[in-house]
Amino acid sequence: MREMTYIQALNEALHQAMSEDSAVFVLGENIRGGMRPETAGLDDAFAPGRVLDMPISEAAFTGFANGAALAGMRPVVEFQVASLMFPAFDQIVNQAAKLPLMLGGQAHIPITFFLMGAGAGGGRAGQHSDNPYTFLIHAGIKTVCPATPADAKGLMLAAIFENDPVAVVVNANLLRTTGEVPAGSERTPLANGKVRRAGRDATVCAIGSLVPAALEAAERLTADGIEVEVWDPRSLLPFDKEGLAASVAKTGRLVVADDSARTCGFAAEVAGLAAERCFDSLRAPIKRVTRADVTVPYSTPIEHAMLPAAGEVEAAVRAIAA
Amino acid sequence: MSESRDPVEWYRRMRRLRRFEMRAAELVGEGEIAGPVHEYIGEEAVAVGVCAALRADDVITSTHRGHGHILAKGGAPDRMYAELLGRDSGYNRGRGGSMHIADFALGIFGANGIVGAGAPMACGAAYTFKLRGEDRVAVPFFGDGAMNQGVLLESFNLAVVVDLPVVFACENNGYAISSPIDEMLGGELVERAAGFGLPVRSVDGMDVRAVHAATSAAVERARAGGGPTFLEFRTARYSVHNIATGARMRDSRSEEMLAQARGRDPLERLAGELSGNGGWGAGGREAVDDEIERELEGAIGFARNSPRPRPETALDYMYADTYPDFPAPGWEQ
Repeated sequence: MREMTYIQALNEALHQAMSEDSAVFVLGENIRGGMRPETAGLDDAFAPGRVLDMPISEAAFTGFANGAALAGMRPVVEFQVASLMFPAFDQIVNQAAKLPLMLGGQAHIPITFFLMGAGAGGGRAGQHSDNPYTFLIHAGIKTVCPATPADAKGLMLAAIFENDPVAVVVNANLLRTTGEVPAGSERTPLANGKVRRAGRDATVCAIGSLVPAALEAAERLTADGIEVEVWDPRSLLPFDKEGLAASVAKTGRLVVADDSARTCGFAAEVAGLAAERCFDSLRAPIKRVTRADVTVPYSTPIEHAMLPAAGEVEAAVRAIAA
Repeated sequence: MSESRDPVEWYRRMRRLRRFEMRAAELVGEGEIAGPVHEYIGEEAVAVGVCAALRADDVITSTHRGHGHILAKGGAPDRMYAELLGRDSGYNRGRGGSMHIADFALGIFGANGIVGAGAPMACGAAYTFKLRGEDRVAVPFFGDGAMNQGVLLESFNLAVVVDLPVVFACENNGYAISSPIDEMLGGELVERAAGFGLPVRSVDGMDVRAVHAATSAAVERARAGGGPTFLEFRTARYSVHNIATGARMRDSRSEEMLAQARGRDPLERLAGELSGNGGWGAGGREAVDDEIERELEGAIGFARNSPRPRPETALDYMYADTYPDFPAPGWEQ
């Protein structure tokens, strides 16, 4: 299989989706003319109008994509930075998420919200460092957080061809990671978690960029004879509840690693599910490793101090695996 | 039903809109409608004149005050009343109610509870037509109040820079809920739209002929690839912002203003013209009015006799593609 970077895998997914279905088109800010690697080459490869540069009007161009979806298209709306979805929140939450039910099944909205530049750690300060998946999930938007180049491609393809709105949350810290990526256009199904590393002593449910962090923590712990199972849900909504339960049934311990706010965060949801479904197999309290409940500060030492990383995951496992 | 150049048909449609709303208000009074209703009475010439200039395959987006637009584009009163009464036979199967009625088969992309939200969606539909080489147009309806929503102003710009077949239909009834537009809007409404590079026209929205003529010209231009237009229709809403069972919204508007508006009534204006030139045909105005009464009576009967959605269907239609245990119920089943 071929090795490629995460961002090349995203680009390949867009090329293949646009080839497969003429209803797929991509819109966003500054995406034509090879300005951005994830959309590079698309405007040369496809008919005029299928790659569309938009004014800096996130609310209008998101609504525009909703309207195109209602008219039968499969738009991919790119936000260069995940936090730029906030100006478009009405169109995402009140329109895309709610209209299918409110219309009584008359129409679907097969739209993809392509959220680039999610996550923190790059000195981008509070307004460019969100991992805003919990906002979307609470609103009912299907949401995926690919952790590897192969999943970046497979989940992007699945998102584009799903008949509902799907957010693809792309963590900025993963863009240059490399891995094997299938050449075909296989889609990674939603609600289908993956064991990234098998282990018997504790499960770490790790999301997005915390998957490599959890694998790093697992390496360190194995030296002390603690075998961690790293389980990557891949899609947060819908969520592979059976996959989580199977792993926790095996290990009896659970740490949830989630790089978003602690209170009402996704880790709380995973902990709640495990408490409801796996109570009899749990041998220790569930631990959450999350961001602190504050805006991401700019300067490196304080930015890093509030973000979860491999060390915090390792410490959480040690606290319950003793 | 949409395109029409027949003044008797225009009158029939305006009468249908008005009586639909009057009967809906009675149903609110009788406690048969669960939520609020925003009556369109007074503004009928706008919806009817605009939609009579559209083809069946053209698209509209509507507002919270949407019944008139939906009826004018061909919406069926029986399925509309059924929706208001929360019935499974309603347009949205009882999932939307008054502010959300849609019929995609008729190009009605839905009323909307968020002011201005339909405009960018109309632009997206128009772009789809353009990409596919179709000569269809999209018409977002919105009010003067929406002229202060960022997403609408952004949509004006977007329609101009992407050169879309859109006709922006602004119903200026003078009040944003109950605040006079003069106190809410800086500058001048039509100039504001012109500032985005949109060709603009201000039209007497109480004159169905004028509305139809202005819309036809803008639609023809959009169909031919000439781009978007902004039309202001100066109209009047006779009723309060909305009505709901057991609630009474105070109307702060002056009796004088309302009396003046009623003096320009769009139905009486066209009816007077038809009476003057012998245009009514057999049966006269009375035959048309009777026909509408029978139609609406039948429609209300249909709605009342239709079953409500079954409780076990409460989670339906949230997603097209579902998964095991998804969407999640609120407690263990």
